[in-house]
Amino acid sequence: MIAVLALVAGVVLGIVFHPSVPAPLLPYLPIAVVAALDAVFGGVRAKLDGIFDDKQFVVSFISNVLVAALIVYLGDQLGVGGQLSTGVVVVLGVRIFGNVAAIRRHLFRA
Amino acid sequence: MTEDQNQARDLPTAGRRPPHAENPDPGTGDAAPESNSPSAEANRVQSTPSRDEATVPTTRPPFTAPDDEVTAPLARPPAPAPADDRPPAPAPADDRPSAPAPADDRPAGGEPATSPESGRDLDGPTRRIPMSLEPVTVETEAPAPSATGPGAEPVPEAVDPAVPEEEAQAEAAPEAPAAAKAAAPRRLTSAGTLILVLLALFGFTLVVQLRSNDGDQGLATMRQEDLVRILSDLDASDSRLQSQISALETSQRQLSSGVAGRQAALAEAEKRADELGLLAGTLPGRGPGLVITMDKVKASAILNAVQELRGAGGEVLQLGGSNGQSVRIVASSYFVDAEGGGIIADNARLSAPYTLSVIGSPQTMQTALQIPGGVVASVNSNGGSVTMEQQAEVEVTAVRQAKTLQYARPAS
Repeated sequence: MIAVLALVAGVVLGIVFHPSVPAPLLPYLPIAVVAALDAVFGGVRAKLDGIFDDKQFVVSFISNVLVAALIVYLGDQLGVGGQLSTGVVVVLGVRIFGNVAAIRRHLFRA
Repeated sequence: MTEDQNQARDLPTAGRRPPHAENPDPGTGDAAPESNSPSAEANRVQSTPSRDEATVPTTRPPFTAPDDEVTAPLARPPAPAPADDRPPAPAPADDRPSAPAPADDRPAGGEPATSPESGRDLDGPTRRIPMSLEPVTVETEAPAPSATGPGAEPVPEAVDPAVPEEEAQAEAAPEAPAAAKAAAPRRLTSAGTLILVLLALFGFTLVVQLRSNDGDQGLATMRQEDLVRILSDLDASDSRLQSQISALETSQRQLSSGVAGRQAALAEAEKRADELGLLAGTLPGRGPGLVITMDKVKASAILNAVQELRGAGGEVLQLGGSNGQSVRIVASSYFVDAEGGGIIADNARLSAPYTLSVIGSPQTMQTALQIPGGVVASVNSNGGSVTMEQQAEVEVTAVRQAKTLQYARPAS
């Protein structure tokens, strides 16, 4: 519940302050957001599974974001940034779908 | 020997499988492999091999049991596995680990990779150790009698993660509601606040990204190579459009020059048509000239006057009678004396006095008519009268219908 409040607070802060994204971060921010989304869904699923672990969540959240951004950065350096970011999004999307499916089974038993 | 070991391995593996199968079950029945990854993502980052490898050997044993080398790692999991097994069924677990665990660990214990594996395997169960403190003690007792190097290795590792990973116990505390609840709130504040901060940051970033994506429609967020490609595309289309512009300008110049030439030709033709129309008598005319009034004259005198005027540069002539008739005098005009007075000019009967309007140089024509022995003199000598009046603007209104030539054709 508090986590949801924190999420809402972050959203409100983003709406209120409306900062502009610094140019060097522009290619990595979307990927990082998707990775964080994956981590959040994984955390929700773990919570529903009853195996939620604070440390796991924190570490997975940060490392997911960092690894995703790192992959995109590496791809940019190698000249295949677009393709690699697409791949990262696909992989994370598959994971998100799996997590959401598990959450759905938990919530709706179907 | 091997058969006994196989049987012994089958026993612990068979005994161990159920708890592992139970873990994914609450999550999803079919998403068993996924349940490892998402439910314990930190394990992937931190110790991804641990759970994956832990699951792999559990699935393998039934298929690869006969092989000694493969069974060595297979049998290792059972050593820590009892930690899971014992809480539900402590009685038989005491028998199983004592038999296989030391026996299998010894041959494979020399390999360095085996000890970390066993240690990783221990990581899993140690997180749940607070649930089952008893099995830990049992396990330490089990390898203790073995007193061998490999047997001793898992023991400290089993103790190490349990002792330093107080956080892990605290994290496992929510799972184990009973004992750790007292320490839970204080522990949760550190990791929990971090989670809250991360979530807030996530929402913040999400909104920022959405806003920025809404705002600038692309170009600012694009990569350098994409921008370069777009730029080259734009350059190519720009040069294409430039060449198109030059081609269109050229054709526009050609067309406008053609229009100008056509307009000039048209003006020239119209001018020429006007001149020819004046000469042919199809157009009315005006200009400086003479108005000559002649009375009591014959047609021959009028013919002489017309010829004299033409010789003096008269351009457009018109002969009018007092009865209102007027005739345009052209190249084919003729004058005949009519019976009973008057003359007939070009099928029109005119009665005296006659008015001859002529456009030309008034001075020259008047002089030409007044020369000695000229038209005026001969008319006067024959009893007629001629009056001439120079006018700056003489109107010639009579016209003739253009006559379609029947035989003559232009030579050119």
